[in-house]
Amino acid sequence: MNMIVCCKQVLDPEAAPSTFKLDAANNRMVQPPEVKPVINPYDEQAVEAALRIKDTDKAGNKVTIISLGNNLLRDVVKKPLSMGADELILLEDPAFEGGDSYAVASALAAAIKKVGPFDLIFCGRQESEWDDGQVGSGLAELLGIPSVTVAKKVEVQSGGTVKVERVVADGFQVLEVQYPALITVSNELGEARYATLKGIMAASKKQPIVWKPADIGVDKAGAAARKTRVVKLFQPVKEGKCDIISADSPAEAGALLAQKLRENKVI
Amino acid sequence: MADNKGILVVGEVAEGKLLPITAEILGAGRRLADELKEQLSCFLIGAQMGDAGKAAVAAGADKVYVADDAQLKDYENSTYMQVMEKAVAEVAPRIIIMGQTANGRDLAPRLAFKLGVSAVMDCLELAIDQATRLMQCTRAVYGGNAKAIFTSEAVPQIATVRTKASSPLAPDAGRKGDVVPFAVALDASKIKAKVLQMVKEEVAGIKIEDAAAVVAGGRGLGGPEPFSKELADLARILKGAVGASRPPCDNKWVPDSIQVGLTGKIIAPELYIAVGISGSSQHMSGCAGSKCIVAINKDPEANIFKEARFGVVGDWKVVLPAFMAKVKELLQ
Ligand SMILES: Cc1cc2nc3c(=O)[nH]c(=O)nc-3n(C[C@H](O)[C@H](O)[C@H](O)COP(=O)(O)OP(=O)(O)OC[C@H]3O[C@@H](n4cnc5c(N)ncnc54)[C@H](O)[C@@H]3O)c2cc1C
Ligand SMILES: Nc1ncnc2c1ncn2[C@@H]1O[C@H](COP(=O)(O)O)[C@@H](O)[C@H]1O
Repeated sequence: MNMIVCCKQVLDPEAAPSTFKLDAANNRMVQPPEVKPVINPYDEQAVEAALRIKDTDKAGNKVTIISLGNNLLRDVVKKPLSMGADELILLEDPAFEGGDSYAVASALAAAIKKVGPFDLIFCGRQESEWDDGQVGSGLAELLGIPSVTVAKKVEVQSGGTVKVERVVADGFQVLEVQYPALITVSNELGEARYATLKGIMAASKKQPIVWKPADIGVDKAGAAARKTRVVKLFQPVKEGKCDIISADSPAEAGALLAQKLRENKVI
Repeated sequence: MADNKGILVVGEVAEGKLLPITAEILGAGRRLADELKEQLSCFLIGAQMGDAGKAAVAAGADKVYVADDAQLKDYENSTYMQVMEKAVAEVAPRIIIMGQTANGRDLAPRLAFKLGVSAVMDCLELAIDQATRLMQCTRAVYGGNAKAIFTSEAVPQIATVRTKASSPLAPDAGRKGDVVPFAVALDASKIKAKVLQMVKEEVAGIKIEDAAAVVAGGRGLGGPEPFSKELADLARILKGAVGASRPPCDNKWVPDSIQVGLTGKIIAPELYIAVGISGSSQHMSGCAGSKCIVAINKDPEANIFKEARFGVVGDWKVVLPAFMAKVKELLQ
């Protein structure tokens, strides 16, 4: 299987909400110095999904990572290599900045066409900055291939199909899909593997391939290729008036909490 | 597409009934249609949908197209896309609205990209800009830490709307509207996937989406036992349901279907009790609409205390039994 995984570098989404800041005048987030960039967690799980397939037949399987952005930190974007992926392509240029899902998916589609034939593309179900959950399906549409979103299990079958478990509200659907296909991965897949020391060594020696818009034949990228416009970005004000119940002991506080809820007709 | 007019809502039906989210987006669509003084149409795609078409009229639609076919029983995007392409060609709407459900979030981007536009996903609010007559969509970004208003000049404008974000109209059986069948000749060569099975993982008791009280636990509970003992007991006393943040689901302490949050269930109960949950923005996205949030957490700095109405700082092992004993006594 020839597999491609799209991985985005994002600011650590697990950072405390209190660290989050906006430059509202410019409709932009401000990067707080204490918050570090990471690979979008779902994308690590997308890498995991591809590596699980690679594990079954190492010889014939290849995993290529594509990351789009600007000022990508090599230590961060190389993580999938240290987990066991084979190759890294960076779509890196200031011109890629400020794109929406349409701009990102269009550039990824152009790069994938340049990479050549593939069997499976994996994306995360969504990335943690815009939380859009659109690039995967959009990319599949641009490439004219089938897609299954929010997968928790992917198995290659004989006869050119993969069996996918797709998470829905009260359970999951089991689908059989013809490949080449695109699959977006959810956390229900299970934890992504850690990088091994050997993997980290190998990754440090590998040089990513870097492509600019002209290399993949796109004349409009980033902000210039957007279909949607941000009219306003803002942080809703939180009133934050928590009544912290204090008492001589936590147990008494617990009992007092029940009383408070009763007084306020909550229970 | 300059002549596109009206609003098209893509509804969902289960066991012959409109899903609540469909009534909600029909309500939202009705308000936009009235502002634009244009029609609100609704597409229902599925099999054996009974009187759902009439229900969609009662919920605000002017015209309902029912694509009822055995082959449409289970959602699968290469099949449903064939219906949607024909639907868009027939209705030529300026705006398309879907629910942010498993199906809506899968279908909306594919349809959008097919039409050369981008959707705005998981919206909290839709409005019409008077000057341009374009829809403006408000949605949460950065895990819920911020909100953004999006618009686009490209037609049709496509949006999905979050569960419980907009209110349905009171159903009016006297409303006038047409319900017409919509025939689609499915092209088998375009169907790329087939649904082999649907596995239900429903939990016993009241559904978390329907419960007036939800008792939710987080990583701080340390294992599966407190969920089946203390939390289940408290939920029973309050006639509510048990929920969880993501780590207990990831750790298989509880079923995935009770995850509350941005990528789990979006709920708005009267009472939400969060035990051992730090209150990440992604988690709060799923419960911020609750009337009253109560937090029990041993860390006084935990973000949950910025979101809660009442809180106790302490170890749940001590706080919860005393709380439960008192609740029992008060409710007797
Ligand atoms: C794109 C994206 C989507 C996500 N979607 C969701 C989602 O839908 N839902 C969701 O929940 N998360 C989601 N997450 C994960 C989220 O960022 C947090 O990691 C998660 O919510 C943390 O869960 P928690 O509060 O249970 O755990 P933690 O943050 O680890 O908090 C545990 C808390 O328990 C307290 N505690 C520990 N021991 C005790 C004790 N004995 N007594 C009392 N308190 C104690 C601690 O003080 C701490 O505050 C998402 C993340 C991303 C990036
Ligand atoms: N800049 C990017 N570079 C690589 N992959 C991306 C990028 N943006 C989005 N993706 C992929 O698309 C998925 C969905 O992104 P989104 O639609 O923005 O939520 C992510 O989980 C990634 O797999």
